[in-house]
Amino acid sequence: MSTPSQAGSDPLLLVEGLKHSFTEAGERVRALRGVSFEARGGQVTAISGPSGCGKSTLLYLLGLLDRPEAGEIFLGGRPMAQADDDSRTALRNESIGFVFQFHFLIKELTARENVALPLRKAGSGEEKALEQADRLLGQLGLGEKTERFANKLSGGEQQRVAIARALANSPSLLLADEPTGNLDSENSEKVFQLLLRFAREREIAVLLVTHNPDLAERCDQCLPMRDGLIALDLES
Amino acid sequence: MNSLSLKLALRFVFARKRAMSMSLLGIVFGIAFFVVTQAQTSGFEVFFIRTILGTNGSIRVSDRFQDLDGTVSKVSKDGSARFIFRSRENARYVEGIEYPQIVRQALEDFPQVSGISEILEGTAVLDSGSRKHVVQVHGLRIKDHLMVSDLENQVIHGSVERLASDRSGVLVGSRIAERLRLEPGDRVTLIGGTENEQLRVSGIFETGVSQIDKNRLYLDLSTLRSFLGKPFGGSVFQVSVKDPDAVAGIAAQMQETIGHRVVGWQEREKVWLEVFKALRVSSAITVSSILLLSGLGMFNVFAIMVIEKSRDVAILRSMGFTPRDVSAVFLWQGGIVLFAGILLGSALGFLTTYGISRIPLRIRGIFSTDSFVVNWDLSHYLWAALISTLFVGVASWIPARRAARIEPAKIIRETL
Ligand SMILES: Nc1ncnc2c1ncn2[C@@H]1O[C@H](COP(=O)(O)OP(=O)(O)OP(=O)(O)O)[C@@H](O)[C@H]1O
Ligand SMILES: [Mg+2]
Repeated sequence: MSTPSQAGSDPLLLVEGLKHSFTEAGERVRALRGVSFEARGGQVTAISGPSGCGKSTLLYLLGLLDRPEAGEIFLGGRPMAQADDDSRTALRNESIGFVFQFHFLIKELTARENVALPLRKAGSGEEKALEQADRLLGQLGLGEKTERFANKLSGGEQQRVAIARALANSPSLLLADEPTGNLDSENSEKVFQLLLRFAREREIAVLLVTHNPDLAERCDQCLPMRDGLIALDLES
Repeated sequence: MNSLSLKLALRFVFARKRAMSMSLLGIVFGIAFFVVTQAQTSGFEVFFIRTILGTNGSIRVSDRFQDLDGTVSKVSKDGSARFIFRSRENARYVEGIEYPQIVRQALEDFPQVSGISEILEGTAVLDSGSRKHVVQVHGLRIKDHLMVSDLENQVIHGSVERLASDRSGVLVGSRIAERLRLEPGDRVTLIGGTENEQLRVSGIFETGVSQIDKNRLYLDLSTLRSFLGKPFGGSVFQVSVKDPDAVAGIAAQMQETIGHRVVGWQEREKVWLEVFKALRVSSAITVSSILLLSGLGMFNVFAIMVIEKSRDVAILRSMGFTPRDVSAVFLWQGGIVLFAGILLGSALGFLTTYGISRIPLRIRGIFSTDSFVVNWDLSHYLWAALISTLFVGVASWIPARRAARIEPAKIIRETL
């Protein structure tokens, strides 16, 4: 795995030997024990596995919200695991989008204002940011509800706003941790279709943690995890 | 990024109207109360200073002395000199001014001097026929004295002109006049000198400082000299200067030049001025406690808010907000409440001060006035703003710092 190039283009995301552990009540919990894989733009990668196998931990490391104990994360070829806080923060704003099981919308802001936040943080003016937010929300079927406050939307709508927010800065990597976990099957399907569509349209590498085997099967790549490792590595 | 943090702060503040208006109210009342109490205490102080300057003048030139730089050192038990004073304690004083003409000429050379009045002071008893009263008698030349005092405006019955034209005229303090039931034109007797002096009341004055109003008489210098049997010498000078605030320096300079004890009003009224200062400072401290309490209340609101908002902070961090951006959101919230508090508090303080100055209130204590005395001073508002900024600053800075330290991954993991 030392030469990243395999199928023509370099992978957008390259993960090598990622290890992470927590100390809980004096005991060391090894959440990740050496995870390696790669993901390409335009692909949706499903990560599945039993509860506690380290899926979320992996995603937070990839999202630069946490630092791994060992291993490296190459994002667009740049090693980010031990980069300084400022460049990690900047990269989160520019290149990474997050969607979680819980929507994490700010309830004091309207849908469009929530979506505009990462754009504003990236430096665009208020008006321009809001226009773009409206456009994104329109694409997600929320054109009528852009002025609604976040807590006045249904669960499915909130999750779609969260997706719009994750996509606002046109990230190259979208990390979704059970984004459909709180939704009924109809809304789950909607959200999944959206992720698939944006991955294709915008060449985004989507990492989707899901417990739903149906959805996992329909992804371009599937990484089953177990005990802090990717199960495929165990078998091979 | 600051405008974005400010915008978020505004939204957060307006979403918490009740908690925020309680904090705001505390600051508003604290500032208003601060301004009002300062306006009052310093109002009385300024009133006192104006009165005392208008009555006893800026500078008093008295006894001649010979040894200007007496040095006193205090030696402790082990023999080392612990304290060294420079003082005039060992100077030999000659009571009063011996050669008023010479001293007057020397004083007139000072460009800052705007008036010089020679005064002879003595103690006597005033007899109205039915009652007697111990009085401080000030003998002076009324024309000179009007240059160094506000006596003209202090006369409430009769007039200073009557004294100017009547060598046996006398101006009586209002409280003495009240006690002895005197009116202009009444005949009185001054007892206690070489021989009794028949006088006629020219007018009644009221300074507002009761210590003066209940003790003092003004009459002609030569009349008093003959009453006291002191044909010359022993007098003091009351000197007025153009800028009373610069007196300390001028007084020291005069003392060097003329070899007489020269005391400026600040030094002369030191005891009172210190009382006022203590009063002003202690009321400021007391009232600041209101601001402290509202600061504590605010701290509480913000501390809870940081916990409530930890999810929002986590997601903001995940989308690229720096810890500084996050703490700015919380600092701005404090800033918004503070800004509104200073504006509203100053306005309320201003209006209340105005209202209080209109309250008819007859005080006859150390002072006499007919309404609350207030002093309008921008520095009161600035101090109130400064103190509240300090408290609100701390009250929002600590939670803001805590918010900046939130670890997004931890919060997100705990939320799910
Ligand atoms: N902050 C923490 N402190 C201690 N242990 C932790 C912490 N976070 C995670 N763990 C442990 O690390 C392991 C992996 O956790 P992780 O959240 O990644 O699992 P997961 O695969 O996302 O599970 P789920 O499907 O339930 O979300 C678990 O054993 C968990 O108990
Ligand atoms: Mg998880």
